[in-house]
Amino acid sequence: MLLAPASIAIVAVLAYPLYFLGKLSFQQYGLPELIAHEGTWIGTENFSRLIHDAEFWRVLVRTFLFTAGAVSFTMLFGTLIALLLARLGGFMRLLLTTGLVLVWAMPVVVAVNIWVWMFDYEFGVFNWALTELGVGDYVNHDWFANPTTGLLIIMGVVVWGAIPFVAITIFAGLTQVPRELVEAASIDGAGPIRIFRDITLPLLKPIFVILASLSIIWDFQVFNQVWIMRGNDPSSDYYLMSVYAFVESFKLSEYGYGAAIALVMVVIMLCVTFVYIRQMWRIGEVR
Amino acid sequence: MSSQVPAAPVPVAPRVETRVVARRFRSKRFLRRAGVNLIGLIVFAVMVFPVFWMVSTAFKPASDILTFTPKLIPSSATLANFEDAINRPYFWQVAKNSLIVVGAVTGFSLVLSFLAALALAKFRFYGRRAFIVGIIAVQMVPLNALIIPLYILLSRANQVDKLTGLILTYLTFVLPFCVWTLRGFMLGVPRELEEAAMVDGSTRFGAFVRILLPLIAPGLVATSIFAFIQVWNEFIIAYILLSSPENQTLTVWLAQFTSLRGTQWGPLMAGATLTAIPVVLFFLAVHRRVAFGLTAGAVRG
Repeated sequence: MLLAPASIAIVAVLAYPLYFLGKLSFQQYGLPELIAHEGTWIGTENFSRLIHDAEFWRVLVRTFLFTAGAVSFTMLFGTLIALLLARLGGFMRLLLTTGLVLVWAMPVVVAVNIWVWMFDYEFGVFNWALTELGVGDYVNHDWFANPTTGLLIIMGVVVWGAIPFVAITIFAGLTQVPRELVEAASIDGAGPIRIFRDITLPLLKPIFVILASLSIIWDFQVFNQVWIMRGNDPSSDYYLMSVYAFVESFKLSEYGYGAAIALVMVVIMLCVTFVYIRQMWRIGEVR
Repeated sequence: MSSQVPAAPVPVAPRVETRVVARRFRSKRFLRRAGVNLIGLIVFAVMVFPVFWMVSTAFKPASDILTFTPKLIPSSATLANFEDAINRPYFWQVAKNSLIVVGAVTGFSLVLSFLAALALAKFRFYGRRAFIVGIIAVQMVPLNALIIPLYILLSRANQVDKLTGLILTYLTFVLPFCVWTLRGFMLGVPRELEEAAMVDGSTRFGAFVRILLPLIAPGLVATSIFAFIQVWNEFIIAYILLSSPENQTLTVWLAQFTSLRGTQWGPLMAGATLTAIPVVLFFLAVHRRVAFGLTAGAVRG
């Protein structure tokens, strides 16, 4: 009975749209249908169109690469910073933690705007710094002219924003690793790398699995960063899955086709979610 | 769910070594410590730089911003950019919208999730695990995938470009998260405490009001702040649902500093700073609970 209000709300605004998304993906749903409030059933036509859509496959591969890059960098830097935190003295640790929390607290929209400003081709501080450091002549270098460097910078915002959560969580886990184990190993002659590999890593494996699957889920659906960085109108070289689904639906009014793309995304995410939930189950969070 | 501050590592004093060895050991250790602190400082500088750059730009006069040799610190700090941002059309209206949406969503979700969390944490019933798994799974559904059906459904219900439609939509995204977090806090309250109160003659309701409620008050605060932050930061749904400028929320409003003629960086950074301030303040208050909440019990030695 206590559950009822929340369950009804969740079902109404989450489960029903999800069902509706599935339904949409089997329909022809454009502007006329939007006005008529009724889609036309076309079976699996959207999906067969999807399979033959070269753009879709390009976007899919790009999204996979983007996700792989962003997650790897996030986990790598997050772990390194967590290990650093564990070694720092009291004051420096407080300073770095505060800095991380500050970054963590930045709203995505704000963060993206800052990065656009830093990488501005005319007055951006990044081009100036690179030129000053003697890396090369980067005056008026437009990073977004080339989609590869452009996407790398978008990946940069994503990773920058995600590092604090990962670093602080891993650090919290590190503080729970029993000291005796580490001491015993170091008495037995294990170096820091060995200790990390044979003690810290296995003990923290649940945390790593959870963080990695959460990161995959978050980075696979990156939208705001691309959308705002490219001035609300990204060229097709910048399409990631969620951007593609969005453009198909809201720019081209192909809601049915957009829903099909979105559904593919949901299914891919379900697989990752499965890993995540299994891990949560194992550590006893689901009780 | 523990929220304790990690204890600083106890330095292991070299007891067995002779003094000379100890001294050499100490100086080597000092060097290493200095090196580690230096790396810490560099990492701090790199991570915080974008935030610093935003604040610094926000206080700069226009001549400092559009220059080919950027200045780290404004040559003369000015509030002109903030004035500009605040005096833009609809700023106050938009800020009010943000507050209304955030307030409504936080309030409703707190009440609903409190009831649900109570049921999940304190009572055992058929389908409870399924419900919990459902709650987790639902949080993983990509928001962007749901925008398409939500937009169509809301347009049928005539709720596009209205704050009520936005509130309803946000509510469901925030709810599963709130239920999940609150349930964690409730599990942290030992059942024995309530039972003891009831043995001492308190009613079930009395035990609830005097024991459980005060103990999970911090959890309620943390949860509502997280709901606040999520809603305050949300962009894409507000962007697609709210078309008229007087109905927008702050994150959407920020886009207006960019026009075809270029971007007005000073006012944009001032507006961004204003948008970020409430979140930063609240975040500093509760960030510990997330990280430690997630890992409590995860590591078993």
